[in-house]
This record gives sequence, C-alpha cells and structure tokens, in this order.
Amino acid sequence: MAVLSAHAITKEFPGVRALDGVDFRLLPGEVHALLGENGAGKSTLIKVLTGVYGVEAGEIRLGDALVHFASPEQAQRAGVSTVYQEVNLMPNLSVAENIFLGRQPGSGARIRWSRIRARAHELLARLRLNIDVTRPLGGYSLAVQQLVAIARAIDISAQVLILDEPTSSLDQGEVARLFEVLRQLKQEGLAILFVTHFLGQVYEIADRITVLRNGKLVGEYLPAQLPEVELVRKMIGTELAALERVDEQTQRGLAAAEQQSPVLVASGLGRTRSIEPFDLTVRHGEVVGLAGLLGSGRTEVARLLFGADRADHGTLELDGTSVALRTPRDAADNGIAFCPENRRAEGLIPELTVRENIILALQASRGWSRPLSRRRQEELVRRYVELLRITPADPDLTAGTLSGGNQQKLLLARWLITEPRLLILDEPTRGIDIGAKAEIQRLVVSLSDGGMAVLFISAELEEVLRLSHRIAVLRDRKLVGELTNDERVDVDLVLQTIASGGATP
Amino acid sequence: MIAFTRHKLFWPVLALVLLLLGNLVFTPGFFNIKVLDGHLYGSLIDILRSAAPLALISAGMTLVIATGGIDLSVGSVLAICGALACLRISKQADQGAVGGVLLAILLAVALGVVLGAWNGMLTAGFGVQPIIATLILLVAGRGLAQLITSGQIITVRSPPYRKVGAGYFLGLPIPVLIAIGMVLITVLLTRRSALGMLIEAVGGNATASTLAGVRARRITFMVYVFSGLCAAIAGLMISSNVSSADGNNAGLFIELDAILAVVLGGTALSGGRFSLGGTVLGALIIQTLTTTIYTVGIPPETTLLFKAIVVTIVCLIQSPAFRAKVFQRRRRPVVVAGPAAVEPEKAPTGDRA
Amino acid sequence: MTTAEQFLRYRLPRRYIPVLATGALFAVMYSVGAIRYKGFSDTQVFLNIFIDNAFLLVVAVGMTFVILTGGIDLSVGAVVALTTMMSGSLLAHGWPAFVVLPMVLAIGGALGAGMGAIIHYFEIQPFIVTLAGMFLARGLCYTISTDSIPITDGTWTRLAQTRIRFGNYHISPSVVVAVVVVLAALYALAYTRFGRNVYAVGGGEQSALLMGLPVARTRIGVYTISGLCSALGGLLLSFYTLSGSGTYAVGLELDAIAAVVIGGTLLTGGSGYLAGTVLGVLVLGTIQTIITFQGTLSAWWTRIVIGVLLLLFILLQRVAAIRRQ
Repeated sequence: MAVLSAHAITKEFPGVRALDGVDFRLLPGEVHALLGENGAGKSTLIKVLTGVYGVEAGEIRLGDALVHFASPEQAQRAGVSTVYQEVNLMPNLSVAENIFLGRQPGSGARIRWSRIRARAHELLARLRLNIDVTRPLGGYSLAVQQLVAIARAIDISAQVLILDEPTSSLDQGEVARLFEVLRQLKQEGLAILFVTHFLGQVYEIADRITVLRNGKLVGEYLPAQLPEVELVRKMIGTELAALERVDEQTQRGLAAAEQQSPVLVASGLGRTRSIEPFDLTVRHGEVVGLAGLLGSGRTEVARLLFGADRADHGTLELDGTSVALRTPRDAADNGIAFCPENRRAEGLIPELTVRENIILALQASRGWSRPLSRRRQEELVRRYVELLRITPADPDLTAGTLSGGNQQKLLLARWLITEPRLLILDEPTRGIDIGAKAEIQRLVVSLSDGGMAVLFISAELEEVLRLSHRIAVLRDRKLVGELTNDERVDVDLVLQTIASGGATP
Repeated sequence: MIAFTRHKLFWPVLALVLLLLGNLVFTPGFFNIKVLDGHLYGSLIDILRSAAPLALISAGMTLVIATGGIDLSVGSVLAICGALACLRISKQADQGAVGGVLLAILLAVALGVVLGAWNGMLTAGFGVQPIIATLILLVAGRGLAQLITSGQIITVRSPPYRKVGAGYFLGLPIPVLIAIGMVLITVLLTRRSALGMLIEAVGGNATASTLAGVRARRITFMVYVFSGLCAAIAGLMISSNVSSADGNNAGLFIELDAILAVVLGGTALSGGRFSLGGTVLGALIIQTLTTTIYTVGIPPETTLLFKAIVVTIVCLIQSPAFRAKVFQRRRRPVVVAGPAAVEPEKAPTGDRA
Repeated sequence: MTTAEQFLRYRLPRRYIPVLATGALFAVMYSVGAIRYKGFSDTQVFLNIFIDNAFLLVVAVGMTFVILTGGIDLSVGAVVALTTMMSGSLLAHGWPAFVVLPMVLAIGGALGAGMGAIIHYFEIQPFIVTLAGMFLARGLCYTISTDSIPITDGTWTRLAQTRIRFGNYHISPSVVVAVVVVLAALYALAYTRFGRNVYAVGGGEQSALLMGLPVARTRIGVYTISGLCSALGGLLLSFYTLSGSGTYAVGLELDAIAAVVIGGTLLTGGSGYLAGTVLGVLVLGTIQTIITFQGTLSAWWTRIVIGVLLLLFILLQRVAAIRRQ
C-alpha cells in the first residue's frame, strides 16, 4: 500500500510542459530512486509533491486520502518533507535552531532554548552525528548540513522523506555515512524518495527506480532487473528515428581534422573547487564533444575557456599564442564564443529586440564608439535569421517572446556574426523540439566543415557521438578520458568510460 | 490615430499639454511672450528656465536608472559644486575677472566628475548597492557643502558668473541653452553611438551582457560619472542665478523630482530601455505642475505630498506583480510552443500554487 | 583538561567578532575623548549621550529589524518629523495628551505596515517604497504647517523637564523609554518565533519559504515595527524640543543605518545583534560629544565622520563577502 502516490500529473509553465501524465508511487520502508537527465522533470515532480507548485491535472494521494498541498508548510504538516540539494537551511543560525525553525517548542511567547538544544542533540545522535549544536550551521561541511536537514525533516514528518540530489557535493566517506543513515531510517519504516544522477549510488541504495524523460514517465523498475547501460538508455533515449542520420558526415575527415593545427591548447588548466586541472586540444575544423553526466564539470570547463571564470592553474594557448582570459571580453577579442546553458538567465536580454540581441556581441567587440549602421544591422540580422530559420522572422519583436528553440538560435546567431575561431556550445539543444534540434546539429556540422572549431557540450550521448570528431569524457569534476570518435566508439563505450572513471579499455 | 496614442511619449505629451492649457484658463496671458532688449520674457520662458537644472540632472539620472541603479546624491553634489565655485570667486580680488570665474567653474565641474567617479567606484568597483553608496554621499555631502561654505551662505558679486544662471543669449536664458545643449549631446552620445544600446543591455540583464562581451562594469562606472557632471553643471546654474551658494538648501529634494521626471517619461526604475525625450517631458511636466499649483492657489507645501503620491502610483503601475494582481483576474491560457504542441488531455483541475 | 587549559583553548565564536569590534571602537573613542578633554570622563557626560540620543536609539532598534530581513527603511526620519508635527498640531487644537500619544503611534505603525505590504505583495524594492514613504511623510508635514509648532501641553512639558536623579547624576524619562524598547526588542529577537523568523527571512527568503515559515507576516511585521519605532522616536524628540517641525530629523535615516551597520549587522540581512546597534548609537553619540568638546570644529563634521565610518564598515562587509566566495 503506497504511502504517497501520484497519478497522471501534468504541470505546465509558459512555453513548456514540464510533466506530462506522470504516475508515481512510494512504498513505506523503501528507498525509491527518481532518475532522469536535465529537464526530465525530476525537480518539478518533487516540487509538485511537496506543495511548491500546483498542477494542471492529476491527483496526489497520501495513503488512501486525496490531498492537495497549497504550500510547503501544508505538505510538511501532512508528513511530507524535503531536503533540497542546496540544503535550504539558514547558515547564519545555529544547528539546533535550524532543526526547530518555525516550530520551536515552548508556549508561544517564550522559546526554550535549553529544550531545543537537548532535542537537537537527541535527533542528531539518532543519525550518529555528535556535534556542537550551538554553532552556526554554516561552519559545518555540506555533508553535516545535509544530515541536519534530514534530522529536521524526519522530526517534522515520520512518513515521507524526499532527498533531492543529496550526494552531489559529498565525498565517498560522507556518502557511505549517509547511506547507513538511510538504511536505518528505512528499517524504521520511513519511505524515502531519492533523486540523483549518480548511477552507481542508485544501485547501492535503491530498492526501486523510476525514470523520467522529457516530462514523461518512462517506467518503474527493480534495480536487479535493469543493468546500468539499459538504465542510461532509458534516461537518454534513442530518437534516431526522428532525426536524420548524419553519421556519414561524422566519419568525415577524421583524418583530415587531425592534420589541422590546434586552435586551442589548454595545459593543466583548472580552478580550485570547480574543475581539476585538465589538458584539452581543439583543432581547426574539429568538433570536440564534452560528455559526462550532470555535475561532472562540463559547464565549468566551458566557463574557464571563455574567461567567465578565472583559472588558477595552468595555461591556455590560442593558435600558438599564450593568452590569459580574465573576462569574457578577453575571450571574445580572441575569437572565442560561448552560448551558455541557461538561456534565459545568462543569454538573452528579454526586453531588447531580436535584432539588438543578435548584434550585441558584435557591437560589444567594436566598442561603443563604432556603432553598426542601421542598414548593416538589418542586413546582418536578416542573413542570420534566414540562415538559422528563426521564427517569427520579425527582428523588432522583443526577444523574450520567442520560443526556446528560437531563443537558442538567436544566441547562436549572436556569436556566429562575430565569426569566431572557436565556438563553445553548452547544452544547445536542451528543451528544444525535434525539428529545431536537427537544424542546430546540422549547423554545427557545416560550421566545422567550414573550418570553425567547436566545443560541444551535451548530456545526450547520441548527439555528442553524432557530431564529434573526438570526445572528452568528464566525471566528478575531472577529465577522465579522451576518445577518438571512430567506428568502434558507441554509447556503451562512452558510458563505460564514465563509469570506470577513466580506466581505458 | 490609434497608432499615435500607442507611442510611448503620448501620455507625457498629453499631460503637459493639458497642464499648459489649464494654466491658460487661470492666467489668460499665460502663453504671451514679450521681447524686451532682445530677450524673451513670459511665463513659458520662466518655466523653461526653472526646469533647466532639473532637466539636466534628470538626464544624468536617466542613464543611471537605465543600468539598474540610482543616484540619490545629486542634490548634495549640486550644492557642493555651487559652493565651491562661489567660494573661489569670493576669494578673488576682482570677482568680475572672467579668467578667475572660468577657473572656478572648471574646478566645480571637475569636482562633480570626481564625486560621480566616487559613486561609480563604490557601485561598479566594490559592488555596494547603489542606494547605499549614493545615500552616503547624500548625507555626508551636505556636511561637505557646509564645510566649504563654513556654514554661511556665500554671496558673490560677479557679473560674468551671474550670466551663467541669469544671462541671455540669442534671446533665450542661458541655462535653457545649456540644458538643451547637454541633453542634445547626451542624446547624440547614446543614440548615435552604440552606448545607448549597451546601457540598455546592461540594465536589462547584466550577467548576459557580460557574457556577451559587454564591459558592464565600465559602463556602470561611466554613468555615475556623467550623473555627477550633470549635477555639477546644474549646481552652477542654480547658484549663479542667485549669485550665492547655500550648502543646506540648494537642491534639497531634487532627487525626488529627478526620479519622478525619469519615471514619468517612461523609463522603468528596474532598468533597461530609457527615453531621454520622455525625461525632458517629465521635467517640464513637474515644473509646469509647480507653476500651476502656485497659480491655482493650492498651498505650495503640498507639492511634495502630491509628487510622492504620483511617484507611488507610477511605480505601482510599472510593477508587474501589481498589474498581475489587480488587472488580470482571469488565469491566462498556457501556451505550449513548437510544432509538437498537444492539447491538454483534461480540463485543468486544482488551483495554481 | 584543566580549567586554565580550557580557558586558553576557548576560541571566540566568530559571529561575536563584529559586535566586539564595535565595542572596542567605542572604548577607543571614549578613551581618546577622556584623555584629550577635561571633564569628558565625567559620568554625566556619558549619560548625556543617552539623553541626547534616546530617540535615535529607538529608531535604530526599528531599523535593525528591517535590515535583519535584508530590507531598508528610508522613511524613518520623515516619520519622526511627521510625528512631531502631528503631535504639535493636535495638541495645539486642544486634543488631550492621552489620546494623541497612542494615536500618533498607531499612525506610524500603520504607515509602516502599508509600506511593508506594498513591498511584499507587489514585489517592489524596499528602497523605492520607503523613499516614496519618506517624501509622503515630509509632504504631510508641510501640509500641516510650514512653520514649527511649539508644544505647550502639560504632559509634554512635564516629561521634558523631569529628571530622574540618582546620586549626583540624572537621566530623562526618554532614556527609560529607550531602554525599555531595547530590552523588549532583545527579548523578541532572542525568545520569540517572530524574532527568529526575522533572522531566517534575512538569511534566505527562498529557503524560508521552503521551510514553511510565514514570510509575509514577518516582512510586514518588521516594517510595522520600524514605523512604530519611528513614531516613538518622534515622540521622544518632541519631548526634547517641545515643538514639532517638518525640518527635523533630515538625514536621520543615515544615522540609524550607520548605527546598525557599525554595530555589526550585515546589510544583506540575516546576521547581527541588537547589542551592536546600541553600541553603534553610542559610537555616534561619542563622535558628537567629542566634536562639541573640541569646540573649533563645526557640527557639520559629524555628518562627514559618520559618512566615512559607515563607508568603512560597508567596504569591510563587501570585502569579507567577496573573500568568502
């Protein structure tokens, strides 16, 4: 008998359907893993289950009873609490206080601190944690903070515990400790929902697995019956049927690409706490794919190469000249372009027009004193709007009204206008419909055929394989391997490289 | 006709026209302009002359607000620069010496630029919130002004200096010409070059602009310098008009008028698109309003209250949350973009969170 | 471990450092004054700081609540002035003191609540709303009257002239009021749910929402408190000056913010102690006293020194924040 279940959940945001008819159930005394790539809907499902969002369709049941949570407060009171990836506690307040914030014991007017401290100590002891509960939470490691968050969650509700990416920032030992605690809680009858992208951990701790993809339910499985490679295939999906095959083009000029001179040579480039020192070479006319799961450091690599973050180790050479990229301006002046992952927050300027957004990078590189004439602007914009098939084609519309796919194309246009020598694309096809996806992929191929170097980051391995000449594999903030994309390389091999952490077959 | 009303400057123009016509009703000779000794005189000219310093300061404020910031110190900077100029002139043996007057003016303008750079350094360089950074100068600045004037009101007797604020050239009051000139220069600078668009980009999304290669920090710094420059020139206009400098009262509360002018002119306080033309209209509206209140007989003390109410209303209307809560009672239909759009399977049930 | 070893091993919790720094600053300033000027170290001089700044202390307490939530209230000076004007005007029209006193307090609180509601529900930045509030209140002042209004009411004059004596020293009733307010605020911040929620909202509004805390009530609450404190501060000021004027308390908001920031509270919210604010007010008062004793420096130096100190502390906060990243 499920303690928490959801049926036919549909959740929409402007322009996108985040969840589409999803079913889900959680049984008592189990650890249930929820898996899916970026944009699959995991976070949205959690927020729906815990009252942060409402739904357009579907129902949620606690046990037998139909429930409707209008706020996190209500969900908590009903017995469902969540520990978020960012912990979401108050680092400026003490450990004990965090556990009891909002529900301090003591009659209304006077908070009994001694009682709070004692209870906090008890609760943490149950989780085998023995720390000074009067110190501010921020002074403790994230692993400890997480355990405190768990202590708060289980004190509030003894029924359901939801953990959203709890292990992203933990090391081996801390993960092991967390899992011991989870096993103990499981035995006490707690139902635990565990969202993660670390596949090894799933097999270590989960009793059942639910996979989401693109907002839809793929299925519910028992770990014993689903080998890891199969699991990844279900998460990432094969959409080859819907896309034109460009495999022939991928095999193109692998040899030719290798003869080209390198555009970028990174040696020992790294940034503390962000990405470990790595070596990477990208040649003219080459597409280098960065593969790795969420959190493996792909965006961090891109940001370092673009000067959006400053490296504190290593060197960078562009076409033989040593450069130090301290700001995006430096990188752009050196012919590097970057389309960020988060289009809305870091890419688009929503209230400016399509035209202004497209010419922004070019104008910035010319400086404020050399404006592009209106005629030239319109000419350039028209050219790229046609080339990339941006719709609607009116350049004076505000950029914020475009759909996701068109916004991505707009960003591409912005950088292509500057005619860079290296184009870095971070998840360019995420959240885009199939047709636009294919267009962008074809564009990447033709660009590299024309001599542009491309660094292509994507969580979809099929896509990376289709487009790249070489693939750099990342895992846990480290570059663990490099594969030349010839006939023997397929998704399995990449996965194995990720899974094995670099031990090449 | 409809297209005309949609133009963003329509409402400010309409408001101004209505105000002017209203004045005509009360003062039949309102639109009369006389020519005496080759100079133009009349109520309209008075409004222009009084609005000149405000229009100038508002121009500077427009650019600062467009980057998403604010400059509360303009009144203090105005007072400080006027005080410095008067102090220098008062120390001259011959207060009428043109060379000395020019030097005083130059020094005052330079000081305004330095104070603007100070604000820019705090906000763009150190990341201090603009409200706090300029608030410090707002209050400490009054102290500085008082220091320069030694707590007195410095009076000067200098015909060349007086010309700046009270003189005429080509029939028009010089402050009006200066203001028109500065505004024109600003418009040319921002719209003829790419500066205007870059400012709007920084105000619209500073992170995205930086990632697109825009030097956001440098631009932010420059707009505060410009605001300081405008405040300095306005301070010279005001103090030369009365041939004195009052560290305490010069430019008092002018920041509210400037913010109001900017907002009335259609620039949003959150930054992004700006309109210098709208700001000038806003300054004219405020000045005409002040005149109207006087003429109609409403006690002038209530102008402050009135302005505060107008600012509140305009800010509320500009706030998307306000518009959503008050005007859009019905839930808007959700659109799924792209060719794969699918009709929702059921009618929506349950409330939105 | 022996007691001595325990004592030596004891490391100061980092969160107390800002307040202790302010305390040290105060001690240093006071010592400098005591050494340089004759009569400075007289206890009555110290007590006079409280008498002269009782109203600032009350206003700063209110400001502390607001800044702890990460907001700001620029209207405090204007509300103080408005309160003096309203009191003066109502009393001049014959209203009895026992009606006027609670009424002006209620009005101050209502103004604060209104601003807080607009800030929260319409998601407009606090500085704009309170800036408009500032001009609204000043505008109301001038609407009531452009001149100052003398207050001759019996209750007022009694409160103005009463001296509470002990030994050779005395304080005014305003000081007692201020102390009561400080104690009440200390209790609220440390021992009530509302007080702890104030820290939580400042620590992170998103997290506070996810934790199920009543963010709306807390936010509107702090602005209401600030309004009440401003009104109370206005009353205390009116006891001191026995008149109401729209020109009072211009720039008071900066003094209040300075006291709070110098006292170690972060402008970004979530961290700080009320004791720090009290020390901050003492520092400001000491600066003023030193300048008075100096005699040759004009009073305007106070403005500049306060501005510089505030700037210093803000820069320190920024540098610490940047280093933590």
